[in-house]
Amino acid sequence: MAALPRAHELGLIGCHVCGQICRDTQVDHAACPRCGSSLHRRKPYSAARTWALLIAAFIFYIPANVLPIMRTVSLGDVDDNTILSGVIELWVKGSPDLAVIVFTASIVVPMLKFLVMSTLLLSAHRGTSWARRQRALLYRLVEFIGYWSMLDVFVVALLTALVQFGFFSQVEPLPGVVYFGLTVILTMLASQSFDPRLIWDCKDDDD
Amino acid sequence: MSIPPASVEQAQKAMSSTLLICEHCDTVHRRRPLARGEVARCMRCNAVLERHQRIGLDTMLALVVTVMVVFVQANVWPIITLGFNGEQIHATLWGIIIMMWKEHSQVVSVLAAATLFFFPLCKMGILGWLLVFGRQGRRAPGFVPLMVVLHYIAPWTMSEVFVLGVLVSIVKAHMYFDVTPDVGVFAYAALALLITVFAGIDLRQLWDRIPEEPA
Repeated sequence: MAALPRAHELGLIGCHVCGQICRDTQVDHAACPRCGSSLHRRKPYSAARTWALLIAAFIFYIPANVLPIMRTVSLGDVDDNTILSGVIELWVKGSPDLAVIVFTASIVVPMLKFLVMSTLLLSAHRGTSWARRQRALLYRLVEFIGYWSMLDVFVVALLTALVQFGFFSQVEPLPGVVYFGLTVILTMLASQSFDPRLIWDCKDDDD
Repeated sequence: MSIPPASVEQAQKAMSSTLLICEHCDTVHRRRPLARGEVARCMRCNAVLERHQRIGLDTMLALVVTVMVVFVQANVWPIITLGFNGEQIHATLWGIIIMMWKEHSQVVSVLAAATLFFFPLCKMGILGWLLVFGRQGRRAPGFVPLMVVLHYIAPWTMSEVFVLGVLVSIVKAHMYFDVTPDVGVFAYAALALLITVFAGIDLRQLWDRIPEEPA
């Protein structure tokens, strides 16, 4: 693996926006000649930004799970659902396969994101060469599946718009869904601001 | 640096056609032409470097036009109809967005409007604009800033998630009501399929495929 040169060793920078290969002129605030975006060897303040966004997302994730996301009123009977109770309801009354999908999108994916992103950040900070290919794969996985968590937010929105039968039956969104939507956006921003190149930035380069 | 700027630019163009830098680990690779169906992967981290792009600019424009037609259908027609005691309620995308706003979930309303309407619309509009000029071998006015905008909005379009959301909502509502999927849901299904086709297209190739006019 020693034969694989990295861009900074050759004095090159790949533009993060358009992919143009540029010579590293060592000047601050250099701009890409093709798209005009500023050039960076690594995403600026990647670790600090990712930690900040990840912690913010985690803080929002608590009310997202504890507070109900949806209220169903039928014939004066009020029923508040949290994310988890919605999954259980789907499992019991409807179809277990869809319950698994919703559970994956709303519970597993966000938790996986918190775990994976903090593992990546900690290991990149320590500069360890442990399981780098697997860590790189985990990062790509998190980037790819991240936005599917919006599923529950869309379901609540759809049901709210559909079930409007006044006294007989009515669905209203509750604050939990807002927190959950914000959690998803923040985790997406967190994974975008993480620089996967940091995984490979360590001294010993033998795989 | 003693090299005059013009030759720096030329050198950079030459490098871009012969080298590739992995986005994920910064490893520099020599670029080679790919055969049909081939995917180049990074030797170090195994991320995709480049895919063979068999879709030309004309086909791409045709796809964009198709997506636009389907997108209009998906937004105009109701997606689901709910029946209860003879009463019927239709839901369209904008009905959903407005309803969430009224029900004090403005954040959700804005999220839905952005990820399901404005960003997909911008993406298709910009692509269409770039391609109409591109197939005549010209760069559209505003090519550079629009390509940058395209790069930033790409991760924020979520129509395919919405399709799954519609499916889950149908099942959930079906526990208590009569549910009929409407024309809109088929339009959304078609949209999800087209988005999958688009996922394999690397839009950065437009930088190379639509060359700058000599100044």
